[in-house]
Amino acid sequence: MNAIEMRGVRKAFGEITAVDGLDLDVPAGICLGLLGPNGAGKSTTMRLLTGQALADEGEINVLGHSLPAQAKIARGEMGVVPQLDNLDVDVTVEDNLSVYARLYRVKDVLQAVERSLERARLTNRRKDAVDKLSGGMRRRLLLARGLVHEPKLVLLDEPTVGLDPQIRTELWSLIDSLREGGSTILMSTHYIEEAQRLADEVALMTAGKIISRGKPSDLIREHAGTETAEIYGPPARLAEVRGKAEAAGFRVRSAGPAIAIVGSEKAENGVVPEDAVRRAASLEDVFVLLTGEEAE
Amino acid sequence: MSKVGARRLEPAAITGVMSREVANFRTFWKATTFSSVLEPIIYLLAFGLGLGATLVDRVNGLEYVEFVGTGMVATAVIFSSAFPSMFGTFVKHRFQNTYDAILAAPVDVEELVTAEVLWISLRAGFYGCFPLIVAMGFGLDPSFGMLLVPIFAFVTALGFSGFGIATAATVGKIDHFNYVTTLVITPLFLVAGTFFPIDQLPDGAQAVAQLNPLHHLVELVRHSAFGFESTDLIRFGVLVVFAVAMWRLAVNRMEKRMID
Repeated sequence: MNAIEMRGVRKAFGEITAVDGLDLDVPAGICLGLLGPNGAGKSTTMRLLTGQALADEGEINVLGHSLPAQAKIARGEMGVVPQLDNLDVDVTVEDNLSVYARLYRVKDVLQAVERSLERARLTNRRKDAVDKLSGGMRRRLLLARGLVHEPKLVLLDEPTVGLDPQIRTELWSLIDSLREGGSTILMSTHYIEEAQRLADEVALMTAGKIISRGKPSDLIREHAGTETAEIYGPPARLAEVRGKAEAAGFRVRSAGPAIAIVGSEKAENGVVPEDAVRRAASLEDVFVLLTGEEAE
Repeated sequence: MSKVGARRLEPAAITGVMSREVANFRTFWKATTFSSVLEPIIYLLAFGLGLGATLVDRVNGLEYVEFVGTGMVATAVIFSSAFPSMFGTFVKHRFQNTYDAILAAPVDVEELVTAEVLWISLRAGFYGCFPLIVAMGFGLDPSFGMLLVPIFAFVTALGFSGFGIATAATVGKIDHFNYVTTLVITPLFLVAGTFFPIDQLPDGAQAVAQLNPLHHLVELVRHSAFGFESTDLIRFGVLVVFAVAMWRLAVNRMEKRMID
């Protein structure tokens, strides 16, 4: 059974088409990473799924409820963790949680708050105002708030954007425990590592469409082979190597100060220089090749 | 988890949003109460005792301090409903993204606006009575009719908080509130009959004043203190119509603003 079904969904804002004929199924119980560059249409897709944006065309079904008509019922069964911190900063940690427990019609608000405090590891800070918390604590609270009603489906919109690596790792383990608990998760991200570490499947999105989808390992094998060779050097040399590789039918991408020859395991003598750094092909290679965007 | 219904204006959604407002209000109620008590005292000292003791003796048969003290309920109501709804809504929507979080829960825009309007109006209905209580300290005699003042203040505040939310959902920048304050709120406040009687204005201005909901509140409060008149039911009806119209306008404007 699919938790989410989107068929031919289109959403435009004036001249800009944010979502362009999107077809997306998310089976129950998996974590699907919606990976794409900024402006790919990920956040609009999330808003369409909560009924906060209305599709111009197409059909959307969430947890068996047809949107937008049954959006409110669907929202009651899903949890949303937004990209931006919109906690009530003057209010205590536990009040932030109890307000949302009420909004989600939780019967035992106190129990839900206790459970969420434990999940966010903030039990000892329950009486503190949110503006007294560190950035990492606020993110954990934001996540716990979205899960206060134990939703069947969780929408994570760029859950770690702008966070430092330590907080990001902390949040990943929280999301991972959620995934292990059997929740269905749709997570939009433009961080490759995040998608690779957390998602059972990744859907690559660009210009409002899904351009490829599969398990990270399958996507890598399909689009990038097994090995990538990175070559560093002055621009003139890189241009020469790129020319040779492309002439031999290889796909070459920029990789910061280097160039990367994708699928280099198939290269004949002379295409990949001796001093190249050979590494396993990655989801980043797939992302850059398919979207044409630099990875983050 | 309880089941979320599909019907409109679910009490659970409305009280849920209001519980957020209550949680926030607990952090700033002292400042609100302080200004609600002190402001009427300052006004009554300045106008009631200052102006009343020097230039104006009696107005329409009332001591000037009684005239201003009863009229100032309307001032308190518009200031404690229009401004919090304008600025509060704008900040929660544009700067804090609070409404995005609430609308991601099983709450729709109509419920959100209704809860906001109700909460602001309950506050304004409560704090709007403070000038009357302060005026009693300046010599205004209490009366049973005054027990209806919180209701009059609440209904008027419904209209002005709806107006404030609709305004916040319409303007592009927070600075645009200056136009609304100068062109709408200040004239309404000044020609409500708070500080001088409307019947001294030219006929045209008197007719326009009849369209001012604040004027009807001023009259209702005065009549609650000094005796109701037969037209008061019509005045209350005007306030109810104003409240319903502004509530629907606020819902409409917010739906356009919040749902892409």
